[in-house]
Amino acid sequence: MIELICASVLATVQDQGRFGSLKFGVGNSGAMDQLALAAGNLLLDNAVTDAAVELQVFPMRWRFHETTRFALTGADTRATLNGRPLPPWWVSRASRGDCLDLGRAVNGSRAYLCLPGGIDVPMVLGSRSTQLRGSFGGLDGRFLRQGDRFSAIRREDTGCVDIGVVPPVCSMPLGERGLTTVRVLPASEYACYHGASQAAFWACEWKITSQSDRYGYRLAGEPLLPKTPLEVRSHGIVPGVIQVPPDGQPIIQMRDAQPTGGYPKFGTVIEADLWRLGQAPIGTRLRFVEVTYDEAVAARAANQRWLQTVRRLVDVWAGRRLSA
Amino acid sequence: MNAVQDMTRHLPPAIDGGKLQITALGTSAMLLDVPGELGLLPQQKIWALARAVGCWPRIAEAVPGMNNLMLILSEPPSSHAEWLNLAEALRRAWEESEPLSLDGRVVDLPVIYGGEGGPHIADVMAHTGYGLEDIVAIHSAPLYPVYALGSHPGYCYLGGMDPRIATPRRKSPILDLPAGSVSIGGVQTGVSASAGPSGWNTIGRTEMTFFDHRRPSPALLQPGDLIRFHVQGIES
Repeated sequence: MIELICASVLATVQDQGRFGSLKFGVGNSGAMDQLALAAGNLLLDNAVTDAAVELQVFPMRWRFHETTRFALTGADTRATLNGRPLPPWWVSRASRGDCLDLGRAVNGSRAYLCLPGGIDVPMVLGSRSTQLRGSFGGLDGRFLRQGDRFSAIRREDTGCVDIGVVPPVCSMPLGERGLTTVRVLPASEYACYHGASQAAFWACEWKITSQSDRYGYRLAGEPLLPKTPLEVRSHGIVPGVIQVPPDGQPIIQMRDAQPTGGYPKFGTVIEADLWRLGQAPIGTRLRFVEVTYDEAVAARAANQRWLQTVRRLVDVWAGRRLSA
Repeated sequence: MNAVQDMTRHLPPAIDGGKLQITALGTSAMLLDVPGELGLLPQQKIWALARAVGCWPRIAEAVPGMNNLMLILSEPPSSHAEWLNLAEALRRAWEESEPLSLDGRVVDLPVIYGGEGGPHIADVMAHTGYGLEDIVAIHSAPLYPVYALGSHPGYCYLGGMDPRIATPRRKSPILDLPAGSVSIGGVQTGVSASAGPSGWNTIGRTEMTFFDHRRPSPALLQPGDLIRFHVQGIES
């Protein structure tokens, strides 16, 4: 069992998301960096779909009330276990009473604390992800608070420790260093915008404003102007859709986005790059690169290959352990 | 003759299937949209299409919107050519789909109009020129069909509002509108199912619970159901 010791905000329990309930008006939720969550789970021999704690405001402290393995992935938070530094994207073992401290995030903005078998919270509508608007899923459908305690689903656990992986931002870099770059497929209203706006969208750097969270990223930059005012009826949307409200400043829908929207759609950040957005800190800049559908599918396959590599590494380590 | 757009740069993956527009929402979803006036007949065809293609192995979920349908793909088509094949199959399914009358239940929602629970009814009066009682009479007269669910858990998009009480959305949204707020946004009306932000004009309040994740069917209403607003009181 682990306990959140210091006051923290905006931490939630998330798995890969809640699927199949859009027809009830229930959005996806799920980890903002699904690749980091999946890798953390694989490092602990979990299913990629198991739940972890998503952390996005630091510093924070956790106490372990029993001996367990854990994995930390996502943003590098200069974590220490009882003062001993831990590498990022790493599996460690904590003993009863140990304190895990996470410092200010560098190289990203969200970290994932994974436990063997995942975090033990009830499954609601097929997922353990927190549904904030509906107040269900995760821990009572809310952000974590000081004193919250969690158990791992798998209590007896003897797997590998002190193993890790190279983060995907290093093995799958994209664009200039220090400038988050994501690939975009144009969406249905793209052609309705002025050529100058289309050109500016690809050429400019977009600031991620402070009004950005798990629901969506509001960007600031050159306003995107339609040739004529657009009327769009409410329709389903998915995380990654870039909507343009009348002020011309785009909003990227993120994991807690509503399942429907009514603003014109300029493009969609491809599924394979949503994790990059999930790690882009507020106040930094963002760049869009246009891709074709086939390139978007290839990028998705590249992510799956990367996860396959993690899976193989963990198997190799487990095998060494057995033969040692 | 269908104009199929080429997948060159600057063009979204799209197929113009006669009347149905099919576009990509990235690689994970597709949007099928019926252009033209919003209406119940195209919506009944959308319901039929959702039912027909919802069980295709490729389709993880078919989600009706307002005269449109979003399809969540279990696995994206492996290439642009495959995407076009799927779009073509969807277009054929649309052409074969017959309006589906869902014969939903009629659900009565008792509403207290105006007062504390309807803080913007004065704005609707000012915009439309109608008095309080007229607005209540016009708003509570129709049977409103549930077209689709969306926005937040249990929320229903309704058709059938009398355009005489249409009122533009508010310039700045209300940040924490309580659950059960009955409101008007443009030509649409709806009832919020849980507290949250809204840009619509709130004219009344109902006590109904629209969503409970513990129920076997968590949403109270589904497409095809009909809502009748029953005047429980009018406060000025």
